[in-house]
Amino acid sequence: MTLWDSLLEPFAYQFFVKGVLVATMAGLLCGLLGVFIILRGMSYIGHGLSHAVFGGFAASSVISLNYYLGAGLWGFASALAISRVSRSRRIGSDAAIGVITTASFALGVALLTLYGNRGPSFDAALFGSIIGVADSDVWIVMGVTVLTIFVVLGRYRALLFSTFDPEVADVSGVKVARTDALLMLVLSLAILSTLTIIGVTLVAATLVIPAVVARMLTNSFGRMLWISSILGAVGGFVGMNLSYHLNVPSGTTIVLVDAAVFCLVLMVSGSRNSRRVNGLDEHVDLSVSTTTMSRPTGPSSSRA
Amino acid sequence: MTTSVHADALIELRDVGFGYDRRPVLDGVSLRIEAGTFTGIVGPSGSGKTSLLRLLLDTAKPQRGEITRRKGLSMAYVPQLETVNWDFPVTVAECVLMSRPQGLRWPWASAAERREVHVTLDRLGIADLAGRHIRELSGGQQQRMFLARALVRQPELMLLDEPTSGVDVKTRHEVLHLLGDLNDDGLTIVLTTHDLNGIAAHLPHLVALRTRIIAQGEPSTVIRPDVLEATFGADMEVLSHAGMPIVVDGYAYPGSVAR
Repeated sequence: MTLWDSLLEPFAYQFFVKGVLVATMAGLLCGLLGVFIILRGMSYIGHGLSHAVFGGFAASSVISLNYYLGAGLWGFASALAISRVSRSRRIGSDAAIGVITTASFALGVALLTLYGNRGPSFDAALFGSIIGVADSDVWIVMGVTVLTIFVVLGRYRALLFSTFDPEVADVSGVKVARTDALLMLVLSLAILSTLTIIGVTLVAATLVIPAVVARMLTNSFGRMLWISSILGAVGGFVGMNLSYHLNVPSGTTIVLVDAAVFCLVLMVSGSRNSRRVNGLDEHVDLSVSTTTMSRPTGPSSSRA
Repeated sequence: MTTSVHADALIELRDVGFGYDRRPVLDGVSLRIEAGTFTGIVGPSGSGKTSLLRLLLDTAKPQRGEITRRKGLSMAYVPQLETVNWDFPVTVAECVLMSRPQGLRWPWASAAERREVHVTLDRLGIADLAGRHIRELSGGQQQRMFLARALVRQPELMLLDEPTSGVDVKTRHEVLHLLGDLNDDGLTIVLTTHDLNGIAAHLPHLVALRTRIIAQGEPSTVIRPDVLEATFGADMEVLSHAGMPIVVDGYAYPGSVAR
């Protein structure tokens, strides 16, 4: 068997075709949303939210509720709570995510231990699975991807403005709270729909890594969206193929491909472009000295 | 509240109180912003300047008193340069275009919007920088960009939070000249500053604030030792140079030569 035949072999299996389709769309979806997540300084939210969704996954399994409905409502409620708490200045977003999501994850583990699992497999939920993709999963991921693209295109300026400068956006007529809620909704749906492919423990990386690499490659917000989405899709496609050939969970290989691209870009572009990502989680102070209370230097526009 | 109460007033505050966690930040503040005026709010850190701006902008609600706005009043806000993430991946034109966020607009700008952005940037002398990343601008250019973003909204009232904080003397002069020109064109301006000599002394109308309004009026009414001491809680002297008040620190440091 030639290398080419070996590479094409898994495409003979329907489960793999579905898996690779879902993984590619999941990568694109996470890459697209990841841009907003990292620029809002909420890189940890993907990690936290996926753990929160796991709580809903367990709860819906225990009460025999539809997995997508139960975990979706749970995840959206958690996302709103995180967003609301992190916007208040008393508690930082990292602390808010830490409290809300780990408690939800712990509850999920406790429920599954006590009552057993009646939904998607426990391992698949944690690390992703190549064989767990049903026809309905394909349609759901496709629907969420299309919805997300429409939301990003349709609310592009509101999302951009509220990400860049929420205070001024609010004054300028952007419904910031509503925009945040919309972003959290599609993020929850994205995590929920991709959970069985990428897994609770690894989905955060697919949100963060393509967006960070895109930031290293461009200074334009629009181009960053394109690059991150494409990198995410490529990571999903290649990672799913590797998962089949190496026989390891699909979430693992997808993240490893993304991480390899990150290392490659870092090596090729050097420290010059990596500096761009330094300010992702902090606001930058200008290092220009203030001249408050100094003697006036005689401006000609005295208006007194 | 957006009812009309006074023919010339854009915004009027009557006995307004505001605070956080039962700690009063503003108390008994009465203030009227009239059309075409240029007002500077001066006070030390924590005096309530930013809270007052938020109340004027309607992003905070008074806990006591009443705020009335002229119906349909359009406002724009220019934040402190120091609070902005300058590594954010946007160009100057993209940043200015953010001011047109309402409705379901597509990401790309229409021809009319591009023309409007160009005209506004040109008015502020930075049209040639439209494609630059925001990090590549000087302090003065960054402030002009935010002024452009505010002007694209065609506001009647522009509010600026410490517009010269963290910038050098040249930039401060540029910003002051620019704001003066905009005010001459009919734009009503309210800014906060703690820079008495560099900014406040050059403005036509000042409000000295420390939880409550200590004094308001022309600089000669506000920049006085008694008012400044009550506002800043520090001993200050006011000298005069070419008709301009100059504030100097009244405290004699041990071993200092002066005084």
